[in-house]
Amino acid sequence: MAIGKSHRRKDVRAKVTGKTRYTDDYSMPGMLEARYVRSPIAHGLVKNIDTTAALALPGVEAVFTFADVPKNVFPTAGHPYSLDPDHQDVADRLLLTDHVRYHGDEVAIVVARDRLTAGKAAKAVVVDYEELPICVTSAAALAPDAPAIHAGGNILKSTSFEIGGSLAEAETRADLTLQGTFRTPIVLHCHLENHTAYAYMDDNDHLVIVSSTQIPHICRRIVGQALGMEWSRIRVIKPYIGGGFGAKQDVVLEPMVAFLSTKLGGAPVKIEMDREECLVATRTRHSQTVTARAGVTKDASITFIDLDVISNTGAYASHGHSIPMAAGSKCCHLYPRAVTKFSAISHYANIPAAGAMRAYGSPQLFFGMESLLEEAARSIGMDSVEFRLKNCARPGDIKAKTGEYEHAVGIKECLEKGSAAIDWEAKKKRYATQTGNIRSGLGVACFSYGSGTYPACVEIAGCRLVLNQDGSVHMQVGATEIGQGSDTALAQMATDTLGLSYDRIHVVSEQDTDVTPFDPGAYASRQTYVAAPAVHAAADKLKRKILTHAALMTDESVENLNLANGNIVLQDQPEKVVLDLRDLALDSYYHKDRGGQLTAEVSSKTRTNAPSYGCTFVDLEVDIEMCSVTIKNIINVHDAGRIIHPLSATGQVHGGMAMGIGMALFEELMIDSETGWIYNGNLLDYKIPTCVDIPDLESEFVDTFDPTSPYGNKSLGEPPIISQGPSIRNAIWDATGVKINEMPMTPKVLFTHFRAAGLL
Amino acid sequence: MFPIENYHYATSVEDAVQHLAAYEGTKILAGGTDVLVRLHEGKSGYGHLIDINGLDELKTISMDESGTIFIGSRATFTEIITNDIISRNVPMLAQSLLTIGGPQVRNTGTMGGNICNGAVSADSACAALVYEFDLQIQGTEGERRESIHGFHTGPGRTILQQGDLLKSFVIRPENYTDFKASYIKYAMRGAMDIATIGCGAAIKMHGEEVETFKLAFTVAAPTPIRCPTAEKTMKGAVISEESLKRLADAVAADVKPRTSWRASKEFRLHIIRTLAKKVTRQAVDNQGGTC
Repeated sequence: MAIGKSHRRKDVRAKVTGKTRYTDDYSMPGMLEARYVRSPIAHGLVKNIDTTAALALPGVEAVFTFADVPKNVFPTAGHPYSLDPDHQDVADRLLLTDHVRYHGDEVAIVVARDRLTAGKAAKAVVVDYEELPICVTSAAALAPDAPAIHAGGNILKSTSFEIGGSLAEAETRADLTLQGTFRTPIVLHCHLENHTAYAYMDDNDHLVIVSSTQIPHICRRIVGQALGMEWSRIRVIKPYIGGGFGAKQDVVLEPMVAFLSTKLGGAPVKIEMDREECLVATRTRHSQTVTARAGVTKDASITFIDLDVISNTGAYASHGHSIPMAAGSKCCHLYPRAVTKFSAISHYANIPAAGAMRAYGSPQLFFGMESLLEEAARSIGMDSVEFRLKNCARPGDIKAKTGEYEHAVGIKECLEKGSAAIDWEAKKKRYATQTGNIRSGLGVACFSYGSGTYPACVEIAGCRLVLNQDGSVHMQVGATEIGQGSDTALAQMATDTLGLSYDRIHVVSEQDTDVTPFDPGAYASRQTYVAAPAVHAAADKLKRKILTHAALMTDESVENLNLANGNIVLQDQPEKVVLDLRDLALDSYYHKDRGGQLTAEVSSKTRTNAPSYGCTFVDLEVDIEMCSVTIKNIINVHDAGRIIHPLSATGQVHGGMAMGIGMALFEELMIDSETGWIYNGNLLDYKIPTCVDIPDLESEFVDTFDPTSPYGNKSLGEPPIISQGPSIRNAIWDATGVKINEMPMTPKVLFTHFRAAGLL
Repeated sequence: MFPIENYHYATSVEDAVQHLAAYEGTKILAGGTDVLVRLHEGKSGYGHLIDINGLDELKTISMDESGTIFIGSRATFTEIITNDIISRNVPMLAQSLLTIGGPQVRNTGTMGGNICNGAVSADSACAALVYEFDLQIQGTEGERRESIHGFHTGPGRTILQQGDLLKSFVIRPENYTDFKASYIKYAMRGAMDIATIGCGAAIKMHGEEVETFKLAFTVAAPTPIRCPTAEKTMKGAVISEESLKRLADAVAADVKPRTSWRASKEFRLHIIRTLAKKVTRQAVDNQGGTC
């Protein structure tokens, strides 16, 4: 079995030896470079643009302004197209605008022979603005007299649902009702490889775009919409990509490079963002205000959870209202016997556009939910772990959102494993009475998540397998490898179903929408879950074709044959080799009278969405005078179904934990609330924790098998980032008696709260 | 690619000084950890460079018979940190420099740059102030020696004139002999950061009593500063909770922290008080051995 073993990743040798080629490693003769002219104000109208000085610089090819771009308003979110017009993404972008909506908005673009010249010329473009009133915060954007950032006003959408029973009735059953308001920061993805793309035309009718994207097929459609071109005339190529975390689940540069190439006779034109641009002019994580209410009985049953989210989506909709809604629909798996009410409002503001970011609204929502439920547990005098064990999902619970039964549910085991690993009970006693400047605390928080987007969006995946002349197999998948390891996981699946050795499966990692099977891309922790059925079916199909050909070559019937370890063997006597697959492959290609190229291709749709679960346990120390937190021990425990590749899975969890700690204790994009000016759009002032700030990370998995996947696996890409914030917040409370209902819990924030509480 | 307009590779100190004097606005390129970053950002005023990386005489770290220590302005942070003269005699300097950036920055950045760029947050500034550095400067009129006291005149500003090139730092033996010292960098993360507040202390004991006490801060005023009021409270004192509290109370008179988006005045003041106590205790206890 290949599954469950940490095989050498398909890309690892090339990556560590520097051989993998990324978008910026490709170049073409005559490639031009483009740089945006960005707005220095957060809200205003362009009154005049003077490009004379820019055009006069040697090496400048062209300058385009908002007046030159197609008037096709397009959406940018990396969602599959929806047949339901009401469910389609909000189209609110033009390639360039004369109505700037955030500090950094794009009014013009310069194309030059090199990047330096383009940058110089962009600075030489003179723009006059008429300044408009600015709203940065939710309160300002939702005020009755707020300036309209888009024609329809500042409210993007507002929705709510109530499930699992009646809230009014559940309120009457509660012995105690609690309420709290929680604030989360704007966080940046900080993927290693900045956004970069180039485009050229390889004849008069077809555009080729090479881009660092998580969503090549969606990108093709959106470029078509933006330029008013037939989708089939656009070809998107994705080479290796240096991370995205959701920032590349949006179409950002591709329509622009495509537009520029069409305007410049098909010449190759590239935009390579620098880090500072990438931080503020692509996408961010939504800052949210979560007002949570919960009711509990004296015997510790949660009767209801009522969550109300205000989500600031910034200057443009991007993923917009999908962010709070997705998190809302995934959170009700955790405590399914409580009534859940969820409401959310998404609004525009004069700040950078927020989009998809790892775990898509869930870290924000669970910060509110798991912080408030901690208060519920403490209010009735129950241990935090015991309280969660009593209320969490069990096999056989009904999923309130769909009415289906839960299958594999491992949250109880996660809590038990984590509690034992951190030595919860002994430490609880030890930390019970503390005084002095340095105090220790314990915290726990749980989460639930989904595997993909169904039923909100279509879940389609594709796999093509080709038996090569030498008996190995080439695999092409629509699943997009962005560093998460999907190529490897899917190769392991094909290995097991085909009966080949792992080394005999070659994965075509580069995606090319002209030839790659269709799949919308890497997001929603969907990739291994929704691609698994396609891989399974394609492998099964190819195996049958191989055995059919084996039957032609031998006297055995298909039913008597099997493929194992790369050989054709007898079904009943697997040790008996009938044919070497290499010989069979040569025969299928070159025999003059029988066979052919043996291939299998499957496109499949997934109509299930398995919930995954987990929790974070943390043991930390607070130095009150120094306003600092030191994590002594932090453990994530996950129920992600069957673990396909343990080493990659651990890597995913560690990476997520580090990002989660960053959001909890360090990171925030700071914007002046009056002017919309961005203070810290660079990696010195925007504080990602360094390796000395991140403690040793521990992770565990519980053993479940989800029957909705042919290989038992569930989501794992995003879940590791969800529960650090509330667990750290709960541990700081445990240590100091101070509840901090905002992230990040930086020294400055701790100072304010400790002083208010009289500790300083 | 960097938008460099003029570049001159200096062949001698005199050549560098002549060029600096002749072309106003020329920036000295040493380690490049500030200048190249500014250039990359496209900041104006950095297009004219004089590269002093060929001037190896500015890299020397030495001590004469009197115990006076000389540190060349081009010595990198790593070269200073790993130098025996430094670790034996002024270990708090090495401790301070270890808090700068990451290994790559320390391998190329120089202390000359750290002091001469006038940064309010310079991690070497507290050490310079408590060890009372002198600065050996070559100008068009010849060589002169200036004290670190008064060298910084404001954020990003120093007394250096057009045509001046810092050659070396000078530390006299009376300013380090029998002193214990320590530095604490208070920042928002453990590495790759600029100080929210930096605090250094040097202390000479006479039995149980403090004979001489020197306290310095960065980011607590428009320039790195010493704290005369706070220092006075410690003269003749015994290190105790009470004397440290007096110290913390007195330090408010020496500092002028301000509110910015990075941190509020109240928060900075709290950290200044906390660090004054902590760094003093650390200087006495650890002899400057740990951060």
